[in-house]
Amino acid sequence: MSKSNINWMAIDAHPKFQALHRKKTFFLWGLMVFSIIYYFMLPIGAAYYQDLFKTKVWGVVNVGILFALSEFVVAWTIAFVYSKKANAEFDVSAQEIINEVKSGRMQ
Amino acid sequence: MNKNYFSFFLASIATLGCSAAYAAGGAVADEFKWMTFAVFGVIIAITMAVTFWAARTTHTTSEFYAAGRSVSGIQNGWAIAGDYLSAASFLGIAGLISLYGYDGFMYSVGWLVAYITVLLVIAEPCRNIGKYTMGDILAFRNDPKKTKVVAALSTITVSTFYLTAQMVGGGVLIKTLIGIDYEISVIGVGILMLAYVVFGGMKATTWVQIIKAVLLVTASIILVFLVWSPYGFSLPAYLQAVVGDEKVVAQVAKLLGDSAAGMSKEELGQRFLEPGLFLKNPIDQISLGMALVLGTAGMPHILMRFFTVPTAQAARTSVIWAMGIIGGFYVLTLFLGTGAAMLVGSAKIASVDAGGNMAGPLLAQFLGGGENSMLGNFFLAFVAAVAFATIVAVVAGLVLAAASAMAHDIYVGVIRGDHATPKEQVMAARVASGIVGVIAITVGILAKGQNVAHLVALAFAVAASSNLPAVFLTLYWKKCNTTGIIAGMIVGSLTAIVLVLVSPNMTYPKAVVSAAKKVLDGEPAVPAKEAQPAKPASSFTCELFALDGCVASAPAKPASVEKPAKPGVVEKLAGLNAKLQPLEASLPALTDPAALKAAQDDIAKVKKDIVATEKAKAKAEDDIKKFEGQTASIMGLEKPWFLLKNPGLISIPLGFLMVILGSLFTRDKRAEDMWDELYVRQNTGINAEAATAH
Repeated sequence: MSKSNINWMAIDAHPKFQALHRKKTFFLWGLMVFSIIYYFMLPIGAAYYQDLFKTKVWGVVNVGILFALSEFVVAWTIAFVYSKKANAEFDVSAQEIINEVKSGRMQ
Repeated sequence: MNKNYFSFFLASIATLGCSAAYAAGGAVADEFKWMTFAVFGVIIAITMAVTFWAARTTHTTSEFYAAGRSVSGIQNGWAIAGDYLSAASFLGIAGLISLYGYDGFMYSVGWLVAYITVLLVIAEPCRNIGKYTMGDILAFRNDPKKTKVVAALSTITVSTFYLTAQMVGGGVLIKTLIGIDYEISVIGVGILMLAYVVFGGMKATTWVQIIKAVLLVTASIILVFLVWSPYGFSLPAYLQAVVGDEKVVAQVAKLLGDSAAGMSKEELGQRFLEPGLFLKNPIDQISLGMALVLGTAGMPHILMRFFTVPTAQAARTSVIWAMGIIGGFYVLTLFLGTGAAMLVGSAKIASVDAGGNMAGPLLAQFLGGGENSMLGNFFLAFVAAVAFATIVAVVAGLVLAAASAMAHDIYVGVIRGDHATPKEQVMAARVASGIVGVIAITVGILAKGQNVAHLVALAFAVAASSNLPAVFLTLYWKKCNTTGIIAGMIVGSLTAIVLVLVSPNMTYPKAVVSAAKKVLDGEPAVPAKEAQPAKPASSFTCELFALDGCVASAPAKPASVEKPAKPGVVEKLAGLNAKLQPLEASLPALTDPAALKAAQDDIAKVKKDIVATEKAKAKAEDDIKKFEGQTASIMGLEKPWFLLKNPGLISIPLGFLMVILGSLFTRDKRAEDMWDELYVRQNTGINAEAATAH
């Protein structure tokens, strides 16, 4: 499997690779856009929705503090969801493609 | 030969240690200083042993730059956290929370969210495509020589900004903590870091970062346990105690000034947990948020960490671990900051360091039993030593990133045209590390006393406007090419730098002098004002730039009562002295112990006020002398032209736009031909750089 004899264009055009590409693009962009929107809701909320942020919900704990803490939980959840999906699906698809390239079926 | 050099380094560190032991002053009392040095000594000894071990297995370029790609995902996760939790985030954020409450905590969120970008779009492709530097990734499909030069320049720029901030901040910090002279601290940090990098390369740097991250997290967990346990680990009960504390109420009242007049104690305390005490301009926050979220993924020293793991899967694991550690640490800082505000008091924290950097160390001292206790000082010594290790570890990572750009991209890639022998390459890497290290020490000493706080934000802004658009579009956009990359990186970084030079971060002599004059001469009385609603700027452009005909925005103001004239310092000092004399004269006549105690407390308080007033006077006189005859900043401006502190909002979209335009208007056959290979390889890891077995 030297660098010269792999036909990259053929792999790129292969339906299996295209399927992996589509799955990944959709999933990654979805998570990325969601996380950016969720993050910027914090400074926007703190600046323009102060009354909401100041509402006490749990003793002295207000919506603002819970929302800031939720940013951490959401970030960790995105990391967890992505790694689950990548370990279970993306890695398997990628390995199948690698195997086909190695065995010479995809060239 | 190596061994001799190594002993030379050990000897110079020992010499520095001895001269440092004579240092007087700082937060650690003189009689407890030996403890700080003992903890320092232990940390230095452990990291030196690691370096010695790493040096024996560091012979090839892959070992020097990428630790032989043998770092495991979990180890790399800890190392990323060690690299990222600089003194600014470890001491700075706890300090911000201790002074401003909620806003400080909100500020910390962006630093974690940044890693989502790293995880989703950068880490794995970079591992699959890259070799040692950001330049390698860009050169994959673009013109290698041209992109390597631009990438190396950008890497060196970002690293130098960040490095200078770390060196200056570190020097000041060590001086404040233990009283070692600024220059000796900078040289000490520099020599230690050079020993790690030059001898142990990436392997030693990685382990120094892991050790430091473990120490930092352990120390924080212990402190938070001590702060939180009296409240049975209940969040509302703990925060109830924070907002009910006299010192917290006093701090909020001080921050709010006149508008605190009509508020009850409960309202004032609660205000500590509400937004708006520190971050007042939401547009600036969004700009900073963009720089953080996109800049972290473009930081050369963070990118470089992904070349140290064996596979893309390990790169993924390492980001997940890093996110857990970094996020967990910021949640702990919420308790460290509020705990310091309640137990130590914001006034005391700000009196040691105006930026609040001493909140964590002072809290540690308090929890151990206070200023005069053995355990309290041991805690303080430990936190001080961790802070020192933090600076050294972060600086080591940055120096390695800058040195790899210099040696691998410029020397080997461009000057030698990729024809250097392996031995020559490692030599170049070591020499470049030495050069960057010496530059870092020199710049650190030259920048003594300069305002460098904005350099960290600038480093992130340049990384987000120059490195990230180039790397991201190279990896994901088929039409991206050399011209686009070069245009985007140059325009993006220059825009960020120029905007900061004309921003409120710079020092404007007129404003400094007028503030100093107010201190010296006092202020005239201000008549009562009616409440004013918030006023938006005349257009969005006017929120960003001070243009002709712009009406600046203003926040809503509550009605204020008439303010009496404020006296100048001379008058104020005379008043305080007049107050002191009768108090002192009354002392001998007092027999009742309670009354005596009260009088003594009053005297101490007045004396403290006198010291603070004299300090303010000296500073004001100093400022006036320093800026005498100057009316303009270094850019020739009397007041900021760009109104945000962070340029990201403008420079990041501009960086992306230039890459896109440059790519659309030119054709580059190699960039097109290599797309299929790049895209397949970044997704599958075929032909990725393999780990070297040991």
